[in-house]
Amino acid sequence: MLNPAVKLASNIFDKPEQKPTRDGFGEGLIEAGEKDKRVVALCADLAESTRMLPFKEKWPKRYVELGVAEQNLATVASGLANYGKIPFIASYATFSPGRNNEQIRTNICINNVPVKIVGSHAGVSVGPDGATHQALEDMALMRVLPRMTVISPCDSEEARKATLAAAAHNGPVYLRLAREKTPVMTTAATPFELGKAQVMWQPQDKRKNPDVAVFATGPLVHNALVAAKTLEEKFAIVVINIHTVKPLDTKTVTQWSKKAGAVVTVEEHQIAGGLGSAIAEVLAAQAPVPQEFIGVKDQFGQSGEPGELIAHYGMDVPHITAAITKVVKRKK
Amino acid sequence: MSVSDKEVEVIAEKALQIRETIIEMLVAAGSGHTAGPLGMADIFAAFYFHILKHDPKNPAWEERDRMFLSNGHITPVRYAAMAHAGYFPVEECLTLRKFGTRLQGHPERERLPGVETTSGPLGSGLGQAAGYAYGARMDGKKFRVYGLMSDGEQDAGATWEAAMFAGANKLSNLTAVMDRNNIQINGMTENVMPLENIAKKYEAFNWHVIEVDGHNIEAFCDAVDEAKAIYEKPTIIIAHTIPGKGIKEIEFDYRWHGAPPGKGPTDKIPAEKQGEYFLKELRTLRGKIKSEHE
Repeated sequence: MLNPAVKLASNIFDKPEQKPTRDGFGEGLIEAGEKDKRVVALCADLAESTRMLPFKEKWPKRYVELGVAEQNLATVASGLANYGKIPFIASYATFSPGRNNEQIRTNICINNVPVKIVGSHAGVSVGPDGATHQALEDMALMRVLPRMTVISPCDSEEARKATLAAAAHNGPVYLRLAREKTPVMTTAATPFELGKAQVMWQPQDKRKNPDVAVFATGPLVHNALVAAKTLEEKFAIVVINIHTVKPLDTKTVTQWSKKAGAVVTVEEHQIAGGLGSAIAEVLAAQAPVPQEFIGVKDQFGQSGEPGELIAHYGMDVPHITAAITKVVKRKK
Repeated sequence: MSVSDKEVEVIAEKALQIRETIIEMLVAAGSGHTAGPLGMADIFAAFYFHILKHDPKNPAWEERDRMFLSNGHITPVRYAAMAHAGYFPVEECLTLRKFGTRLQGHPERERLPGVETTSGPLGSGLGQAAGYAYGARMDGKKFRVYGLMSDGEQDAGATWEAAMFAGANKLSNLTAVMDRNNIQINGMTENVMPLENIAKKYEAFNWHVIEVDGHNIEAFCDAVDEAKAIYEKPTIIIAHTIPGKGIKEIEFDYRWHGAPPGKGPTDKIPAEKQGEYFLKELRTLRGKIKSEHE
């Protein structure tokens, strides 16, 4: 059953509102800009599609246009942050943090200045644009940088809160966004704390240990919840939303993994280097249990409709239910 | 503020002290770059002893001018200049590149107060300086931002992204200085990847361009003053320097780009004698200007 403590939307399984996470970022950026005058927005010729446009229109003097120059986007932002601003830089994740990785490493992370890197259009759900524009390795790139915080919001509302949290956090942040409309699961009342994982689905009988713990990040959290509901009669399942991939909430991850004795990880990202890897690193050392990985298996994406791509690359509900069933079997 | 003859004399003397310290620190480190730091000693002396508004006892002073060093590998010249200006004891220079030092092989902002940014990977300094200058202008700050870079890093596309950005935004509070010493690791710049006509390229990117002899302290200080009077554009001073300036066995020889004394080319001076020989040469030169009992 849904965890009542996190106050999720009542229509979560019945025609939930559909909204892209990038929209929540755009709203959060305006709120962050109102709260703190140091917040500035920098963009590499993608203001509309990264949802920076409303900020630009509201505060043209706090908006900096870089043109199609992602290396300079990260570099100019590091200078602005060094001076005392809180810069958000937006592009597609394949270009930022893809193309400008070294600039982020040196000028932002070694320099230790609070630039917020916003990578939109992550995952195969970008759809028709194809492999070149579908970032599947961005979390891996950002997760390995010391000082970097990595946030992958599950829906538009969480993206809004994550944007505010990123602005308030005094350090580099990577915020991962998606292009496509996805279900809005959380509400304004849902708590959000950086680095704190959230139980969204739990067994009916809370005293009983679950059969499996599902850790999911990004909009695929919805698929994980639907999978849990589908298997409700068969298995006791806990679904945990990992919006902060780094620093990972290792306490919650190990606690539930020990209780369940089996783990499934779900992400719209390469299996190598993403959430599943991060969790495996922790569990191998602290609570080794069988783990199944839902994610892209060392492949590039391709053109198609978001839904058919999610299914083709093995991240739809049937693949998740199969992984849950398989991992429970492996326990025995 | 033009520079007086007396000041030029003091700056030149400081430049020699800085060169000596560079050789001493590189010998102690056993690694590091020699040609670039020696070639930029006059310009760094001019900055730290005349141009910069700064307070060595208060490196975080709000109103200080900011100096960004893009080609972080020449940081020994900056460390030496900072030490002689009073930021930290000159003896600390001998910790260069050693475990636990504040004087990292390439400079890091958080390690040493007075270092404005982390640098080394080429092509990133101009954009950082431009971003800083942009932020300062948003808030109406009066200090100036200086961005020092090499000629080799003009090969990097990121340098031109930054040049385009600064020109487009008319960042007149930014003055860039290019160390035009014509060498890079693989040889002469015009053989590795020709840069000329570099002045025209910057002009085309909406920069005010001044070319000077980088060892003519008066001319360099005048160029910095001229930049302050240009309100519609950023300025770049292309400073023509001699790599290894001050030690004739090193001058103009690209093989000294990344070698410290003791590990440099041995066709002129044997490796084991290089450090001692170069210091002697610098001290002799110093003797020509000041009393040898100085």
